[in-house]
Amino acid sequence: MKTKNTTQRACTVIAAAALALMSSLAQAEFSDNVVKIGVLTDMSGAYSDLAGPGAVLAANMAVEDFIAKEKPVFKIEIVSADHQDKGDIAANKAREWFDRDKVDVVTELVNSSTALAVIKVSKEKNRIALVTGAGSSRITNEDCNDVTVHWAYDTYATGNGTGKAVVKQGGKTWYFLTADYAFGQSLEKDTTAVVLANGGQVLGSVRHPFPSTDLSSYLLKAQASGAQVIGLANAGADTINAVKQASEFGITPAQKLAGLLMFITDINSLGLKATQGMYLTEGFYWDMNDETRAWSKRYFDKQKKMPTMVQAGLYSAITHYLEAVKAVNSDDTQKVMAQMKKTPINDFYAKGGKIREDGRMVHDMYLMQVKTPAESHYPWDYYTVRATIPGAEAFEPLSQSRCPLIKK
Amino acid sequence: MNRCTLWMLLLIALGIAAPTVFYPVLLMKILCFAIFASAFNLLLGYTGLLSFGHAAFFGGAAYVTGYLIKDMALPPLVGILAGTLAAAFMGGLVGLLAIRRQGIYFAMITLAMAQMVYFLCLQLPQTGGEDGLQGVPRGSIVGLDLNNDLTLYYVILLFFIAVFALIYRTIHSPFGQILKAIRENEPRAISLGYDVARYKLLAFVLSSGLAGLAGALKVLVFKFATLTDAHWHTSGEVVLMTILGGIGTVFGPAVGATIIVTLESQLADKAGSLVTVIMGFIFVLCVLMFRKGIVGELLELLKGVRPH
Amino acid sequence: MISVLGMPLPALLSQLVLGLVNGSFYALLSLGLAVIFGMLNIINFAHGALYMMGAFSAWMLLTWFGVDYFGALLLGPLLVGALGLIIERTMLRRLYRIDHLYGLLLTFGLALIFEGLFRDQFGVSGETYEVPQALTGAVNLGFMVLPKYRVWVVVVSLTVCFLTWFVIEKTRLGSYLRAATENPKLTQAFGVNVPRMVMLTYGFGAALAGLAGVMAAPIFQVSPLMGSNLIIVVFAVVVIGGMGSISGAIFTGLGLGVIEGMAKVFYPEGSATVVFVIMAIVLILRPAGLFGRESS
Repeated sequence: MKTKNTTQRACTVIAAAALALMSSLAQAEFSDNVVKIGVLTDMSGAYSDLAGPGAVLAANMAVEDFIAKEKPVFKIEIVSADHQDKGDIAANKAREWFDRDKVDVVTELVNSSTALAVIKVSKEKNRIALVTGAGSSRITNEDCNDVTVHWAYDTYATGNGTGKAVVKQGGKTWYFLTADYAFGQSLEKDTTAVVLANGGQVLGSVRHPFPSTDLSSYLLKAQASGAQVIGLANAGADTINAVKQASEFGITPAQKLAGLLMFITDINSLGLKATQGMYLTEGFYWDMNDETRAWSKRYFDKQKKMPTMVQAGLYSAITHYLEAVKAVNSDDTQKVMAQMKKTPINDFYAKGGKIREDGRMVHDMYLMQVKTPAESHYPWDYYTVRATIPGAEAFEPLSQSRCPLIKK
Repeated sequence: MNRCTLWMLLLIALGIAAPTVFYPVLLMKILCFAIFASAFNLLLGYTGLLSFGHAAFFGGAAYVTGYLIKDMALPPLVGILAGTLAAAFMGGLVGLLAIRRQGIYFAMITLAMAQMVYFLCLQLPQTGGEDGLQGVPRGSIVGLDLNNDLTLYYVILLFFIAVFALIYRTIHSPFGQILKAIRENEPRAISLGYDVARYKLLAFVLSSGLAGLAGALKVLVFKFATLTDAHWHTSGEVVLMTILGGIGTVFGPAVGATIIVTLESQLADKAGSLVTVIMGFIFVLCVLMFRKGIVGELLELLKGVRPH
Repeated sequence: MISVLGMPLPALLSQLVLGLVNGSFYALLSLGLAVIFGMLNIINFAHGALYMMGAFSAWMLLTWFGVDYFGALLLGPLLVGALGLIIERTMLRRLYRIDHLYGLLLTFGLALIFEGLFRDQFGVSGETYEVPQALTGAVNLGFMVLPKYRVWVVVVSLTVCFLTWFVIEKTRLGSYLRAATENPKLTQAFGVNVPRMVMLTYGFGAALAGLAGVMAAPIFQVSPLMGSNLIIVVFAVVVIGGMGSISGAIFTGLGLGVIEGMAKVFYPEGSATVVFVIMAIVLILRPAGLFGRESS
């Protein structure tokens, strides 16, 4: 508890280096001499594991590293708040931050209902929103705007990436277990399309209410279908229970499960015994190369958990933002945004990442297969990277965009 | 009576001056929840019926209003009215079932029915599922542009005063007296020849309709309707507001709503994950020690002081 | 292959069995609610939270103290029951003389506190609890392969339900209990310590919830929110059954589990709401519930 509190201090004020006082303050165009970053996340609810306190830590790390490395002339401040997964609290907080506290950029925003609400506020107030936690592809389609960047992943990428890659790996016949609401249905629809396009076959699907604790009935239907792959078009606790019960009924490993939206924290809480052999798509894995390992170890030392793609993505997003601020020497929304879109993103999170016109940050995604307990040699040794999905393939192409900013 | 009018005028003056000091959007949220809690109090405080499903009307109306304004492009006033009526209609259906049982059963039935409404809000294609119904335009009422926070604030303040007056009139009318009689002693009310079931149903419809109005207004404030509005936690929250402020007092629910909403928004960046725990503690404390609520205890104090 | 309503018989049977498994959870939980209601006249909103804590107690006993599943099956309910005793002793007891709705509200507040504390401590995705070694594997029923653990769940909960029914309806202790429910003052006058009995009853009801939680731990993810959604369904079960009788609570729980199982086969989209729809129909036809007596 104690260590947790010190790391997730609600408001961390970081003074810039002494240089700030000396040099070119006069020419800089900063609203109030401070670049203020608002981390609005779920600190306690359903998404607090994959974002939450870990995201606040990642934001703090980004700022500390930036100050140490770039020695900026401007001050940087972080404020954070818990939106409790409620859209109105999120929108309210964002408004307050923009109006009263002069926050320049609001970020994280896990859970689509809060993200969609907040990006509208930031458009209205002309401030930047960097979305890492939420997955809805509406953020860069129907609800896109020119001040929002969608950083880490979206459900199109995770569903499509998994669908395509699994078919290529030989999982030709599919059966879907779908959470019966907009999110699950669109995940099923998108993935079905990609499975068919790649020569796979969909044998059927069953829709379960959201949320469900007992999914065994639906799993038996999926088992009876004889499909090679059972696609889990659901999320969170539903997915976790489905995986657990599939293993209990001996459905896995005879049939493979494909998680269309899963995070490493889900794997961690389920354990490898129940998840072994599963396919899923993530934008980041801590154990990919020396760079990711180095950063993740630092994160781990403070948080005692490895980062999710949301938390790592937040570090990347804030760093990119701060670099743009430094480059244009201003915190003016349009100038910074133009600079951010102009510069490619090259860090431990993304290589050659690029922000598209619709606000999508395009970067490579990775198809993971969960290791068996025997293959796992140290804590958090969970994935084998089966394929790298190039950004252009991973995300929905602009030609299909429903974003009004895209002129066709 | 006079004292009460005085209080009301004072409150209205406060309401008019408030946005110069406080943040208008927060104030609007407080007003919406004050309407919601007052409507709820009409049922709990004056009829003695504990509904644990009022979020269904609040959230249901929010979705109806949002859908009509956004997807049907109807003017906001029409949307609000339709949302209110829809909630009243739902209230009629749920009420018909729920008043067949009393006390604890009544609470459980309303909770279960509200859960059904919640599933509807989640599954219907029009609601946007977990994303919620986003991007509802505020539009304008009688030529007033509601996109201005201050304008909208005063419009909602007007609604609030109207609802307040309506509730005040209701509880002081013969109808309100009968409701109180039912609360105090239902068998006696029946033996006096009152059709108790009909009065209860009427009270339920009125209460759910006004709860719906609160939800409809909230859509305008935040420009979206989400599942939170229809979740049973919201039902619990409105119970908490009412108890904290004072069950069966005129101003209590509004006071309770003010405190809870402010607390929630203040705690957002401080308490983090412990918000639910704090709410739970307030609940337990109220039930164990301050059952009269803040306003109720204050009235008691005043009463105790005056005769001496 | 024989088929019923377009559904192959084996598939139908296996869904029936699964429904029975869920029904045993409903039965245990609604039994606990009914026992508490019978004696205290309150609805225990914290029942879901107690169930959740039962599951967590199993996890904590294993992870922190190395106590295995069978130990937890005994200790978990005792711990949760003890918590129940404390709740009754320190809080609920003050509310008996006033409207019973306050009991509901108090337990609602407690549910929020427990849920919040566990969320703060364990996060939301929760912890995994393995099926105990002795109960892994499956039995082949001919029409389906049923994990042994699920069979165990049905057997244990039916046994516990039967024992509870037997004690309350057929023994001397039970007759005291029933007497204290009917007329506490008179029973007290006969030398029965009624307040202690009330306390033990609440503790026992809580222990039943704890037991259900321990049994749920290996099949459902142990998470802080596992109880809160379940409890609303159980409330509907209780309204359908009426809380007049112990056997009523048990049969309604099992029956609705099976009906829900059928809904999952024929109309999965409606399986979340089927219990509530049945509740509405029962209320129209038989307001007091299937096994209930009307009393306020």
